[in-house]
Amino acid sequence: MSNVRPISSPQTQSDDRAHEADHPSSLLAKFGMDQPLKLDCGIDLAPFQIAYQTYGELNADRSNAILVCHALTGDQHVNNTHPVTGKPGWWDTMVGAGKPIDPEKYFIICSNVIGGCMGSTGPASLNPATGKVWGLDFPIITIPDMVRAQAMLIDRLGIATLFCVVGGSMGGMQVLQWTAAYPDRVFSTLAIACSTRHSAQNIAFHELGRQAVMADPDWRGGRYVDEDTHPHRGLAVARMAAHITYLSDAALHRKFGRRMQDRELPTFSFDADFQVESYLRYQGSSFVERFDANSYLYLTRAMDYFDIAGDHDGVLAKAFAGIKTRFCVVSFTSDWLFPTSESRALVHALNASSARVSFAEIETDRGHDAFLLDVPEFLEISRAFLQAAGKARGLNGGGGQS
Amino acid sequence: MSMQQTLPLPGVAPERTGSYRTDHLLVADMVRPGSRVLDVGCGDGELLQLLESRGIDGRGIELSREGVNGCVAKGLAVVQGDADTDLVNYPDDAFDYVILSQTLQATRQPKVVLENLLRIGQRAIVSFPNFGFWKMRLQLLIGGHMPRTENLPASWYDTSNIHFCTIKDFVQLCDEINVKMERAVALDLYGRPVPLNLPWWVWNMFGEQGVFLLSRGGGK
Repeated sequence: MSNVRPISSPQTQSDDRAHEADHPSSLLAKFGMDQPLKLDCGIDLAPFQIAYQTYGELNADRSNAILVCHALTGDQHVNNTHPVTGKPGWWDTMVGAGKPIDPEKYFIICSNVIGGCMGSTGPASLNPATGKVWGLDFPIITIPDMVRAQAMLIDRLGIATLFCVVGGSMGGMQVLQWTAAYPDRVFSTLAIACSTRHSAQNIAFHELGRQAVMADPDWRGGRYVDEDTHPHRGLAVARMAAHITYLSDAALHRKFGRRMQDRELPTFSFDADFQVESYLRYQGSSFVERFDANSYLYLTRAMDYFDIAGDHDGVLAKAFAGIKTRFCVVSFTSDWLFPTSESRALVHALNASSARVSFAEIETDRGHDAFLLDVPEFLEISRAFLQAAGKARGLNGGGGQS
Repeated sequence: MSMQQTLPLPGVAPERTGSYRTDHLLVADMVRPGSRVLDVGCGDGELLQLLESRGIDGRGIELSREGVNGCVAKGLAVVQGDADTDLVNYPDDAFDYVILSQTLQATRQPKVVLENLLRIGQRAIVSFPNFGFWKMRLQLLIGGHMPRTENLPASWYDTSNIHFCTIKDFVQLCDEINVKMERAVALDLYGRPVPLNLPWWVWNMFGEQGVFLLSRGGGK
């Protein structure tokens, strides 16, 4: 088995990653001891910082701000070259010149969530009390905590009401939390491929990923930075498993089938004979270059705990009672992580609370990841919704201010 | 099957049909200003737009993705869904009016749908193509084939319309489930109302479609 090469560690970029965790190459909002972040677990986090990017200009009456919420392994670099990977922004189908979220029209804000590892305070940051990396000493955070921190950032930017809060997957959870927690501060929302609560199946997948990380001997009880190791193998396995859930059988089959990688015949070994195996290994190893393993544990946990109805006696409609926000909910036919049925449950609750809601299910075989890909019908409806909402808000030359 | 409850006809002058369909104008005239309305099977949202232009708070359900996309682009609040399966999820008395415009014949369970309309809304407005219309009768009687019209051009084997009825049938159904007819209008081939003082069989014969304003529990 000498040709068995498991995922290797790319040490070259780990320094970049460590640097970005505390000194991000993006805008930074610092909150001192006088402005703690009140976490759901009961702890006041202070000081803390939020790393964020903005694109476009805020208009005179501050009515054109769009907050983009990133998914589990995303970050604030939604529309610029990533400082660690050198790749384009993670949502370049949706955000950018001529795209549905156009910096020519809107002031776009995207922040790294609390608990992340790209400059917002999280387990990869230095704990000021000890001078060491937080690791598992970092308190457990929730989606509402992330949103509370974003609201503090939006306050600091002097924006009373966001024109739109947009996001998919974990980003979509933040979108829903924003509207439930700050209904008067959100004019419209675009909630994509998400749910109001994490399903048992999804919690199960997350647990699989976390166990893979924690089973890696290099994880060292979460203290891998102090011990100068990194659980890259466990994290890569977690990413590989998660990545399968982001796709669909049809998409995998269309892309790879049973084709072999650089060979005609099987090697009768555990080498990556199949293209799909090489692809997954690549996904795993490129992920560990840019992401912190403990952050992965914290953020998956935050998604697991998410249950909007739980905060409202189990009645989802109560979370959105009397809300004026314009909703657009989008799901994808082949998404088995956040299936359409979960979006429908949300839409029913919104209807029950008389909310102004639109809902579309987009037909695609590309699975959960469809929201990040060039799916024309999805991009079209997003553009149409934002334009119509903009008209109602007096943007896009649709009346109101110039 | 008396029609003593019918109210005077709203003014549907042909010249007003320029930008809106006559039947939509007729429906919109039945809705009290300032109400909340759910349009089931709202298509491209033309009726919803007309209602919103009159200050009515409108929502829609539409089966087709193209329809939903078009509505969202117009700024309307429209949910992709199926009248047969989704109405059960709407709470009682959620709307003042629920409209079912030219959709009844495409539902699997027209009776259940009708009952749901009047559970969700205080009132329901239902319009449908009348299969008792003379041209339809003629096609079956003389032509010997299932009727097709300009508004219903599909052949019997590929139409989404599966439960056709006549005005007479519909009135019977309303009686059966104890629905009160507050207003009833038959429109002729040109979308003009058939005079009300004419007897029922004339409506059933010369109405190309029927438009009904319904409310709960009229008694028999």
